[in-house]
Amino acid sequence: MTTAQSSIAVVAPAGLLKPPRSLWSDAWTQFTHHKLAMAGLATLALLVLATAFGPFVYATKINEIDFSQSLKGPSATHFFGTDDLGQDLFARALLGGRVSIAVGLVAVAISITLGTLVGALAGFFARADGPLMRFTDLFLSLPQLPLLLTVIYLFRDQLRAKFGPELGIFLIIVVVIGLLNWMPVARLVRASFLSYKQKEFVEAARCVGAKNGRIIFKHIMPNVMSQILVAATVGVGAAIITESALSFLGLGFPPDVPTWGRLLFDAKDYLDFAPHWAFFPGLLIFLTVLSVNYIGDGLRDALDPRKTG
Amino acid sequence: MTQGSAVRRGLLASAAAALIVASACSSPGATTASSAPSASGAAFKRGDGGDLKILYWQAPTILNPHQATGTKDNDASRLVVEPLAAFGPDGKPVSNGIAEIPTVQNGGVTADFTSVTWKLTPGLKWSDGTPFTADDIVFTWQYISDPTTASPDLATMETVKSVEAVNATTIKVSYKAPQPNYYQFGVGPNQGILQKAQFKDFIGAKAKDAPGNLKPIGTGPYVVSDFKTGDVVQYAMNPNFRDPNKPYFKTVTFKGGGDATSSARAVFQTGDADYSWNLQVEPAIIHSLADNSTKGTLFTAYGSLVERILVQFADPNAAGDARGEPTTKHPFFSDIKVRRALAMATDRATVAKELYGDGLTGKATCNILAGVGDAESKNTAALDVCKYDPAAANKELDDAGWVKGSDGVRAKGGVKLKVIYQTTVNSVRQKTQEIMKKNWEAVGFSVELKSVNSGVFFTNTDPNGANHFWADLEEYANNSDPDATSYMLGWTSQHIAQKSNNWNDTNYSRYANPAYDTILAQLQKETDAKKRADLFVQANDILIKDVVVIPLIWRTFATSGYSKTLKGVVPNGWDSEMWSIADWNK
Amino acid sequence: MGRYVLRRLLIAIPTLLIISFVIFMILVLAPGDPLSQFGADPRVPPEVRENIKHALGLDQPPPIRYVNWVTAMLRADFGYSFMSHSPVLGLIQQRLPTTLAVVGVAYVIGALLAIPIGMVSAVKRYSLFDHIATGFAFIGFSVPTFFTGTILILVFSVGLHWLPFIYDSTLKVTDAKSLGEQLKQSIMPITVLALFNTATIARFMRAEMIEHLPLDYVRTARAKGLLERIVILRHVLRNSLIPIVTLVALGIPAVFAGAVITEQIFRVPGIGELLIRSITDSDTPVVAAILFVFAVLVVLFNLIADVLYGVLDPRIRYS
Repeated sequence: MTTAQSSIAVVAPAGLLKPPRSLWSDAWTQFTHHKLAMAGLATLALLVLATAFGPFVYATKINEIDFSQSLKGPSATHFFGTDDLGQDLFARALLGGRVSIAVGLVAVAISITLGTLVGALAGFFARADGPLMRFTDLFLSLPQLPLLLTVIYLFRDQLRAKFGPELGIFLIIVVVIGLLNWMPVARLVRASFLSYKQKEFVEAARCVGAKNGRIIFKHIMPNVMSQILVAATVGVGAAIITESALSFLGLGFPPDVPTWGRLLFDAKDYLDFAPHWAFFPGLLIFLTVLSVNYIGDGLRDALDPRKTG
Repeated sequence: MTQGSAVRRGLLASAAAALIVASACSSPGATTASSAPSASGAAFKRGDGGDLKILYWQAPTILNPHQATGTKDNDASRLVVEPLAAFGPDGKPVSNGIAEIPTVQNGGVTADFTSVTWKLTPGLKWSDGTPFTADDIVFTWQYISDPTTASPDLATMETVKSVEAVNATTIKVSYKAPQPNYYQFGVGPNQGILQKAQFKDFIGAKAKDAPGNLKPIGTGPYVVSDFKTGDVVQYAMNPNFRDPNKPYFKTVTFKGGGDATSSARAVFQTGDADYSWNLQVEPAIIHSLADNSTKGTLFTAYGSLVERILVQFADPNAAGDARGEPTTKHPFFSDIKVRRALAMATDRATVAKELYGDGLTGKATCNILAGVGDAESKNTAALDVCKYDPAAANKELDDAGWVKGSDGVRAKGGVKLKVIYQTTVNSVRQKTQEIMKKNWEAVGFSVELKSVNSGVFFTNTDPNGANHFWADLEEYANNSDPDATSYMLGWTSQHIAQKSNNWNDTNYSRYANPAYDTILAQLQKETDAKKRADLFVQANDILIKDVVVIPLIWRTFATSGYSKTLKGVVPNGWDSEMWSIADWNK
Repeated sequence: MGRYVLRRLLIAIPTLLIISFVIFMILVLAPGDPLSQFGADPRVPPEVRENIKHALGLDQPPPIRYVNWVTAMLRADFGYSFMSHSPVLGLIQQRLPTTLAVVGVAYVIGALLAIPIGMVSAVKRYSLFDHIATGFAFIGFSVPTFFTGTILILVFSVGLHWLPFIYDSTLKVTDAKSLGEQLKQSIMPITVLALFNTATIARFMRAEMIEHLPLDYVRTARAKGLLERIVILRHVLRNSLIPIVTLVALGIPAVFAGAVITEQIFRVPGIGELLIRSITDSDTPVVAAILFVFAVLVVLFNLIADVLYGVLDPRIRYS
């Protein structure tokens, strides 16, 4: 629920859409009829709840080192098995999910919001197009890795002092991943806007005196939604994986903080004799991305003006 | 990514060196050191073999050893560019056919260790057919010792006064002062001889423009036929090699890139590589790949490489310009009892067993100077700070008035035992960090782990680097020259890394102890081998007793794999892994 | 349109100057220095470091270095690599063919597979085919390439001994046999990359087609009695290509920048591998040159995309 609402908020910023209550309940009814979307929502809710509260319920510590238990497969005592230090992978996956899901969703929320905004403005207002797209070109050309190195180098200490080592680095990672991934969304949204703003229904809306804001958000945006949602789905997986690549370069979280991407990375050299280590975090990332996708699918259908209209 | 040690170049060996040839593990056939390479009497015929495939997971980028940036470059150039002699597995020089080994006995070395005379084998040729003469050696000395050449090997020439050509086949090396390590010039992995004709126009500032940097002419068994920078070097046989029976392989392919685990797969599982370099990964992985391999054998060789944890003596959190300066004092590590407790809570045996396979890739040690024969201390094992004893650590802290708070962290006078512990990004080190964190938190420390990319860690310019050491503890590996004087100078007060010298010095801990300084001053004068060894032991023991540094593991210097069909590979902890390549055959 | 293109090309010059300045400053501010390899070596004294710095031109202030660099770039002089002491242009030229042969081919295959897969998925939404395609797509972007690469190596190199996993860049294709070897060593890296590309593009294709299928013009076309195949291919496909063109245009510069992780796993000497190694070694001339070429390609291909929009949808006009 929470997630679904926040996704709506992302694509239709508050205040601009002031529909009667009925539209929302209509959409919700539509949504509940979409079986896969409901399954996706249930899965994501389960994952979020499990990672948020699981670590409190599940007593095994993430850093209990026990070499006599190293590289054991799944069992009643260790649901996901253990890693080479004998640490419980279920506990690590639960805690790791917090970071990974949060990084995935927040970074994508940032990039989608920014990308949609820039793309819509550039596509709709011809005068804004040039400067905004050159600005997009600039960001597209920025080197992700050196930029991250620089940003983390410049700000790690301040943020660490202010928010602690984990929250500080979380903010950097989320903001940087978000700020470096809005450009494709902007280009996509702009391209669709360029095409749609010449279409008859937009002309018609203009004729009846609709204001620009209304045309953008009420008339054109729903048509662009499906692109944005696909971009969001792809983005969640990419953000989770990017986070693990950062740890690999020593730019991510402190080395003892597990994340799904990190677990997967650590497990790759053990694939042939301890496949369980990689299997579970891989499966969890897959499920997260898949459920975000089906929720997106359901949302698109539910908000489709042609269906509800 | 960088699995290797902090320093893998610049190794020299002298008096005594330990070599341990370990079998891969219990089951596969153990490797035994064959006799040192000799200039004649090979059991094979030149050019009978096909292509030799060598795999390094770091790719060579330059083939001039005196412009090299890492082991990969030095090793790739060693097939072509050779020193006057190699260091053998026992740390003593071995003739490679270029020159006779000078000793005090044969009169080549003067009794006061100030001058060494090398006699070259007559008739030697460069691979292009021109004669190899004393002039080339003199030129190489001039090339490296010109500061504007900017060679990383410049420091190895600091003690050299002059290198003169007595005649075409005799040279005389003079040292500025008695030099106990009289093979400093000319022997070992970073002393390759360059051809004067090829480099004479590229000395000094023009050194970087030399075409020879990518295709040097040498005296080695092979010549470079093609070099794709950062990817692969291809070699052909040297048509003018001094031994007409060698080398065995028609061509050599030296491929770089990838990661250590898949390099191990290539030699143990698929047989795609004949030789695979530096496979130091977790023992579980090594065992799973190498134990029952029908294709390859693992071999290791020890030098003096020690994985250690440094303790910070200055205050890494002091405000402004005072941060980490020797004028400041660490809030709690300035208390010897806290340092002792930290050392006693350190379970190096578990690290050695689980992460280094108890002798597979390293052994527990409590000496910072290890693998150097008589100069290695035998006293430390009995010390309390070398024994893992959490109860004793707790008691030490209790006695000193550090009291556990509700969060389990000890404090005294408002100062909490909270440490930041940094090292490079490397999976074995990250696991070591986790074990240490567990160990230390059990006795009342609070530990925050930090990992830094090795490219950033090993610089003097970055606040996250080892030199600044703006943390409480840091871990890395380093090794000593065979003569450990310059290595042990890294804890003297004269060498404290600080802002005024741009953190460009070797005492990162900011340790200052007049008693230690005095021993090192004596070491810089003493020429008697026995007395030197005693002094080294004393210096080592001070550092351990005072818990300036916590040595963890005596690591293998070389940890590589080679095909079971490949013969002639001799493990060596003191020279390049390619030192005996002229003798490799199948 | 001609005037539009000309104006865009003129604007590209100041754009690129600004981009290059930003990139250069990021590189200057970034931590690490090319001397890091000697960093922990106590035998390298301070004066040697200063000499190396001077020899590399690192002792000058950043603005001067920027001006020197840009003017050199304008003369097509890409500078010298700190690490290999050879011209950067040569390094890039050496690696471009391999990059195109692996990353480029994977990209083309990805795009070519994605369009039909996306179409079928959209037309037969929630069919078995769609579910399988969706499943694969999600494996494609939820499983990192280091992981798929390792699995392929374990199965096809270690297990079956079918394919080599060490890319041999010295192989020259001269006959059928060497062509076969080239194919064998390219299959795995291309598969890993194509999986990701196909997955992404197919999802966008599918989404856009689904968007268009219920629209009035499609109904009109069907009502006219046109064959369904013609309706899909002539009308829906053409109208759905705008986002695909956008994506493909964004992806081509990325092909030039290479695929870092895949190149590393299979030891493919591509530009991605050169870039990442140069970044970790702080080999700034190489990094700057690659990023500059990348920026030029970004600007160029986004212009091409803008022109193509007009071709696909004649109603799109630029003022």
